Amino acid sequence: MGSFGNFKNNSLMRKINNNENKAGNMKEKITALKAAFPHTIPVLTGFTFLGAAYGILMSSKGYGVGWTVLFSLIAFAGSGQYMAITFLTSVFNPLYALLMTLMINARHIFYGISLLDRYKDTGRLKPYLIFGLCDETFSIVCSTEPPKGVNKNWFYFFITLLDHSYWVLGSAIGGMLGSIVSFNTKGLDFVLTALFVVIFIGQWKTQKDHKPAIIGVLCSVICLIIFGQSNFIIPSMITILTALTIFQKGHKEENKLSKESLQ
Amino acid sequence: MTLTPVQTFIIIFMVTIGTMITRFLPFLVFKGTRSNNSYIGYLSRVLPYSAIGLLIVFCLKDISFKSPVYGLPEIISIGCIITLHYWKENTLLSIGAGTVIYMVLVQFVFT
Repeated sequence: MGSFGNFKNNSLMRKINNNENKAGNMKEKITALKAAFPHTIPVLTGFTFLGAAYGILMSSKGYGVGWTVLFSLIAFAGSGQYMAITFLTSVFNPLYALLMTLMINARHIFYGISLLDRYKDTGRLKPYLIFGLCDETFSIVCSTEPPKGVNKNWFYFFITLLDHSYWVLGSAIGGMLGSIVSFNTKGLDFVLTALFVVIFIGQWKTQKDHKPAIIGVLCSVICLIIFGQSNFIIPSMITILTALTIFQKGHKEENKLSKESLQ
Repeated sequence: MTLTPVQTFIIIFMVTIGTMITRFLPFLVFKGTRSNNSYIGYLSRVLPYSAIGLLIVFCLKDISFKSPVYGLPEIISIGCIITLHYWKENTLLSIGAGTVIYMVLVQFVFT
């Protein structure tokens, strides 16, 4: 009987411990969410607008809010989704859609490379963190350290989750508006160009070394002129990589110089 | 809708797969190895800047400078975005105003 009582006590204790752990986890998550939210406010405004524009655009092409939300939920790729409209409104060509997506989103490869260390010990959250690694999430994660006492993994998780939700919510709003109000949407897709121009200016202002930005624009323009509209992306990427590799030496020496001058 | 629902779903699936390949690839390739490689490190620092440059050119690739309207809506709108962003530094305002200006230009001015 004694041992039975002990067993009962043990399982009861375990239950209480479990509940305490759960409460602790919950508190930890809420702290992380609270810490993450302020960093995502620019994305909240941006994604509501861009997502809504995307939803309206999809709806103007005859795609209901269901399609838009599904697409935003599983792909979560702003420029990829905008580009996909071309494939949704022309002859069915899935292979080309895949190749174009790979070309446009090839830049994500470099986001991943720069976050290898940061996302190293993120455990079971890792697949979702990588899944949600869009431009905006990357820019926050790579430039923000969680405040003291905040769980790093949950902090990055909530930045990703919030951005993902804004995008889905924004496109849902747009998809619903699109079916109610109908106005001339010609030129609305310029919102994407505007976003990239603004990101470019932001980078230009914060970065002292303008070479990478200039290389990006110049190589692309040259390849566009040589290879034409539909074939210039891969040549551009190769040219950019080559140019950056050539300039790496100069970059290293400059770094060395600036370090020496600091000392 | 130009495509059938099944075709639409396949396109959406392809875009999703393509995106996920680009996001997961580095983590799968460099699994277990630390990114101590200084070349990879250098690329990861400078490439975001070049990539945005490439994207802007990609967005503007269909402009023709030889025939009307000579890319004027794009040039004017981007000029406004740059001015506005240096002046107010408000991302949403710059994007929103730039888009509205562009829409007005292509719908009413350079029709």
